[in-house]
Amino acid sequence: MLRYSLKRLLSLGLSLLAASAVIFLAIEVVPGDPASYMLGINAQPDTVAALRAELGLNVSAMERYITWVTGMLTGDFGVSYTYRTPVVDMIGDRILISLPLAIYALTLSTLIAFPAGILAASKRGSAADVSIMGATQLGVAIPNFWFAMLLVVFFAINLRWFSAGGFPGWDKGFFVSMKALTLPAISLALPQASILARVMRSALIDTMNEDFIRTARAKGLTKRQALWRHALRNAMIPVLTIIGLQFSFLLAGAIIIENVFFLPGLGRLVFQSIPQRDLIVVESVVMLLVFAVVVVTFIVDIAYAAVDPRLRGRS
Amino acid sequence: MSFLQIENLNMSIYGIPILKDVSLSAVKGQIIGVIGESGSGKSMTAYSVMNLLPTGAKVSGKIALDGQDLLAKSEAQMCAIRGSDIGMIFQEPMTALNPVKTIGAQVAETVLIHGNAERSEATAIARDTLNRVGLPADQFPLTRYPHELSGGQRQRVVIAMAIALRPKLLIADEPTTALDVTTQAQILDLLKTLVAEDGMCLMLITHDLGVVAEVADHIVIMKGGEVVESGETHALFRNMQHPYTKALFAASSHVPDKGAERASKTPLLEVRNAIRDYILPRKSVFGKPQKFRAVSDVSFTLHDGENLGLVGESGCGKSTLTRAILGLEALQGGEIRIHGVPVEAGTHMPRDLRRKMQVVFQDPYGSFNPRHKVARLVAEPLHLLESEPKGSERAKAVVDALISVGMQASDVDKYIHEFSGGQRQRIAIARALILRPDLIILDEAVSALDVSIRAQILDLLADLSSRLNLSYLFISHDLSVVRSVTDRVMVMKAGKIVEYGETEDVFTNPQHDYTKTLIAAAPSLQDALEKENI
Repeated sequence: MLRYSLKRLLSLGLSLLAASAVIFLAIEVVPGDPASYMLGINAQPDTVAALRAELGLNVSAMERYITWVTGMLTGDFGVSYTYRTPVVDMIGDRILISLPLAIYALTLSTLIAFPAGILAASKRGSAADVSIMGATQLGVAIPNFWFAMLLVVFFAINLRWFSAGGFPGWDKGFFVSMKALTLPAISLALPQASILARVMRSALIDTMNEDFIRTARAKGLTKRQALWRHALRNAMIPVLTIIGLQFSFLLAGAIIIENVFFLPGLGRLVFQSIPQRDLIVVESVVMLLVFAVVVVTFIVDIAYAAVDPRLRGRS
Repeated sequence: MSFLQIENLNMSIYGIPILKDVSLSAVKGQIIGVIGESGSGKSMTAYSVMNLLPTGAKVSGKIALDGQDLLAKSEAQMCAIRGSDIGMIFQEPMTALNPVKTIGAQVAETVLIHGNAERSEATAIARDTLNRVGLPADQFPLTRYPHELSGGQRQRVVIAMAIALRPKLLIADEPTTALDVTTQAQILDLLKTLVAEDGMCLMLITHDLGVVAEVADHIVIMKGGEVVESGETHALFRNMQHPYTKALFAASSHVPDKGAERASKTPLLEVRNAIRDYILPRKSVFGKPQKFRAVSDVSFTLHDGENLGLVGESGCGKSTLTRAILGLEALQGGEIRIHGVPVEAGTHMPRDLRRKMQVVFQDPYGSFNPRHKVARLVAEPLHLLESEPKGSERAKAVVDALISVGMQASDVDKYIHEFSGGQRQRIAIARALILRPDLIILDEAVSALDVSIRAQILDLLADLSSRLNLSYLFISHDLSVVRSVTDRVMVMKAGKIVEYGETEDVFTNPQHDYTKTLIAAAPSLQDALEKENI
């Protein structure tokens, strides 16, 4: 298990290095010079050159890449071209919203999906199964921004239980902040929970048809016992895969929901930085998201091995 | 009084009758063999006893175990009986165990689920039971996972799970069908020992007459959901009454008419010092990958008109060798020639070389695209011809091939699911024949078939071989089949050919120890009956 983890960790490091190169190259080929953008169209060439030198844009791409990567290793992500503040501080503020939001949404989605999927699978064909499957069909089909607006209309405008948007800041207290994240988390969680519940159901149904379930039944287990003791853990592999993908998506792809609820998250930061050609911010946020995705993949890999002993022996 | 009593058992699934008036009985300490071909209802009889039938099943009649009427029991009562009074083992040891739980936990679960012991005591019982089935603690600690065991060892774990609570009735549904002959002999021995020690009743379900003849005290023969004949084993075989029993008996030892020996001196397939290595996964990210030698320095020659057998147990490398001969995988050493032309894997292989050999695989269900009609399936190899026949010429080639294997011209518009297993295998042979190859490789081509169907296919192969002057490379784990159809035979073990010679010589006077083990382990109906007569 340790050996397996170390191997995964090594390939994690390699994927990060590869990703940094790809991100850097992709940003390199994007047209538009940050210095000329910042100074406007009437700028003098020597002013632009001076700003380029100040921003460190006058050296070769290779040098800038190395500076960027080594900087990141020491926690220095550079200085934003537009705001002239360290990128680390900008990201730091935003991630304190995006990360809790993603975790909150994923927790909700898992808490909804597991019982729903297990119930639907164990009572396959029953009224409960049909209604759960109908509800998840709806959950997959409804666009989450529209659902978010419905939540705002109902809970914020009509019932006035929640505020319609914005974030008070963590210094105002944990519960106040979590309350502000609740409606965004629900609107993010609903489609994810629907997908996860369907995956859980079909994985369980497949597993319940396996030979070893029949063996368990022949030992005297009831159907219910066979499901909980034997099928559930075997059905976890596809479920873990989906959870991993969903977490990455929730962290990076919450832009629309952040916009609906005026949350200053990572998604909005990238969204603002691209038209401003604040490339160093874009690069760093994307790199951070890649890091998050790679780490989540690593955790999912470890979870696979914890669930399935066959994966541990691969050495 | 009988311990297990089944009377007039009728069972239907969604109104389709599956079992009709099945009656059988067994006493304690007795092994009752239930024999039949696929679809005879033998497994469904077992599942009726366990009350583990598919949804939609309706049962009537009487099943009594030690005087208790099992059909009157509720599901909760049946759960208490299953695993405790009745144990069951299954055909597929590879999938019958939960892959994510240790063998110790799975055996102990039988004890725990019935509330017979605390966890520590259940673990001790699991240990004892695993010892009993021949999995000692030093090599097989309770913490082992199923994937770390071989098929035979897994079947022992399944047996341990079934007998942990010393049930009165053990049902074994084709327990050795998926195993190699030597492993099969060991598992059968184990079952016999357990029956003798515990005095339980064993219901042994199998399609293999040789297996039951060796171990069963009493035999029930089933066909189409009915019991056609039953009786004490040797008495039943001595005076068979029912025509089906006679047919089954004849088919199981069927020897097709091979015709005259036709082998010429022209080498058709030459394999010289063939070596096939598989690269194993790297042990570490930058480590050097290890190699596994699946085929090690194999040489042989197959002449025109010769039928050559290749026998070996699973994992011996026979399938790998087949893939190399077919040009599907490259060799790491040595060479393979067809009529003197070297076979090279991949695109290097000329079409006229591919045309000279065709293959028929084991699984008649899996080797066809279910969405294509028979005409298209059979015509598939025609693209290997320089000028591919079109229109009526193409249709005629397909029909000729189908007729030569005993199918109808009207079958061309059907889909593959409309045929039985034996018919599908005939279509597979037609597909191999359409190019008029010199060599057909039969990779376990009759292993999945029932004995009566197998006899028909073997006759067909023998007839085609003499009519079309075909050569076969006949790959099988089944010694009796190989013995009946081949001129010469090779025995393969761990990637090497350990014995090679005239088929009859090898079988009557085996030289290598491994060949002797294989022949001794193979259950034989004749031998079992002869033993009785002495």
